[in-house]
Amino acid sequence: MKHLRPVNRKAERIDQAASMIEEDVVALQQQQPPTPPKPHVPMGCTLSFSPGWEVDAGGGTAGLCQPVERDIYDCYVTCFWPVQVPDHVNYSPDWASNCAIATKDWRKLDLVFP
Amino acid sequence: MTHMTPMPATTYRRGELHEFRAAGNDFIYLVSAGAIFALDDGASAVLRQLGEREMSHAELVDALVDHGHARGDAEELIAELRYVRGIVSESVTPVPAVQPTSPPADFPLQALVLNITNQCNLACTYCYEFGADKIATPEGKPKYMTLETATASVDFLLAQSAGRQAVHITFFGGETLMNFKLLRQVVDYAREQAALQGRGVGFSLTTNATLLTDEIIDFLAGNDIGVTVSMDGPPDLQDKRRVDKRGRGTYRIIEPKLRKLIARHKSRAITARVTLTDGVTDVVRIYRHLKDDLGFDEIGFAPVTTNGDQDYAIDDRGMDGVLAEFHQLADEWLEYALRGQRHGFSNVSETIGELIQGVNKSHPCGAGLGLLGVSPSGDLSPCHRFTDADTHTLGHVSSGVDAAKREDFLARGHVSAKYECQTCWARPLCAGGCHHEAFVRYGDTGHANLHYCDWIRQWTDTCLRIYGAVSALNPQFLERFAERKALS
Repeated sequence: MKHLRPVNRKAERIDQAASMIEEDVVALQQQQPPTPPKPHVPMGCTLSFSPGWEVDAGGGTAGLCQPVERDIYDCYVTCFWPVQVPDHVNYSPDWASNCAIATKDWRKLDLVFP
Repeated sequence: MTHMTPMPATTYRRGELHEFRAAGNDFIYLVSAGAIFALDDGASAVLRQLGEREMSHAELVDALVDHGHARGDAEELIAELRYVRGIVSESVTPVPAVQPTSPPADFPLQALVLNITNQCNLACTYCYEFGADKIATPEGKPKYMTLETATASVDFLLAQSAGRQAVHITFFGGETLMNFKLLRQVVDYAREQAALQGRGVGFSLTTNATLLTDEIIDFLAGNDIGVTVSMDGPPDLQDKRRVDKRGRGTYRIIEPKLRKLIARHKSRAITARVTLTDGVTDVVRIYRHLKDDLGFDEIGFAPVTTNGDQDYAIDDRGMDGVLAEFHQLADEWLEYALRGQRHGFSNVSETIGELIQGVNKSHPCGAGLGLLGVSPSGDLSPCHRFTDADTHTLGHVSSGVDAAKREDFLARGHVSAKYECQTCWARPLCAGGCHHEAFVRYGDTGHANLHYCDWIRQWTDTCLRIYGAVSALNPQFLERFAERKALS
């Protein structure tokens, strides 16, 4: 901080916290320098069955070749998902019952409306 | 043209803070954090303007621009003050009441005060344990702690202090040295048990010094045992109320013993603890005698605890006099600090130590949290001042802490439970003051010690100004002070 000088340890901690905000944390896609518009390439058709992070070239999900909800299963089991996911313990116990092997049956996963 | 609802104008007011000036600088003490910041001219100007009235963001920026700040700089200044809550705005985000949270229920013990005897060879008229305002109910209980109870206490301390590298045992009484034999056994036992766990244990005791012998002094010095002597000053003041059972003064008995103790025991600071009473308020004269004539390292003063009606209580005029003399010693403390020297007036040193850290207390002290008292019978109490008081038993060393009673004690003592403290800027340090004092005065350990409020605020302001001056003129002293304080 420029106008306030910390003079005890508590103030130093506040000052450190403030300097961390000044050097703001940015997401990966925001770190790229501005570049000329690229052609739209659908992303998300990955070979790996650990999806959940695909975004399209615009940084959104509208341009993906499959709905983002298809990713939910993997996010739910192995990862975190920042919003609600089907809860197969309490509300939708049979949610994944049609999907015995994810690599084969992933199309059978559907949306859940609790 | 579309109709738009106007945004409410952001208006700012000063946050909860205490301003002070030292060494030509403006400082703020932030109450919700316990943080201290030095202000530049712009920040001082903002707080001055907001002291007169609330202002909108635009008004404040304009005022700063008129004051010579660039617009961007003015925005930055406001953002900084807002970040530390030096200024707040209800219209942007409601300001949540920031309160220190309660410590966890399994807060590990750090120290036990072992009351190894409740017997005393003196009859000081103001004594909180035996005097008119006593709360102890020792009738029918053991007078001397047994080795069995003492070892159980040590085991209890080690078991309840999981995760701490070192613990501390303070020996207390009555007159502690009336049970020196046990003290010695406890030191050996605790050392042995702590060593088995690869941990450390420190010791200290409080005594009236009448029973000190060469043997005892050698033992205390050889075992790094910290010593606090309860005494009130030069002969005329010491002998006023610190008398034996026949009413005779005790100065002539303790003086040669103290000189030996101070000459021989160099491994720990030897401190004096002075109780101020009516007629015993010559703080500077007492300090000079104890520091310069007898050679104590540190001297701490506290007014006697009373319900207010006792003849030895200090009246308001007396307390004003005490404060004036405290200020005289405080000025001297600052002069020493600016020369890089340590002064022995503990009342300043203790507060400066807390200001360096920026403490923000949920409770006034560690009683019932990291510290418990143990009576000769093994009963646990919040601290030594509640020893043997049936009203405040918190369990027993053999059966452990009574969780419900402790929770009740801590819930009452929490600063946010004390209504009057909510508007006081000194609460991060004071947190309402001594639980025992509150019980004696108001019958409730959770009552704020209202009879000291003005006094505490004036004293805290004095210590803040000393802190500000040292931070501006000799900041290295504070660093060294913090390190040495942690060791002492």
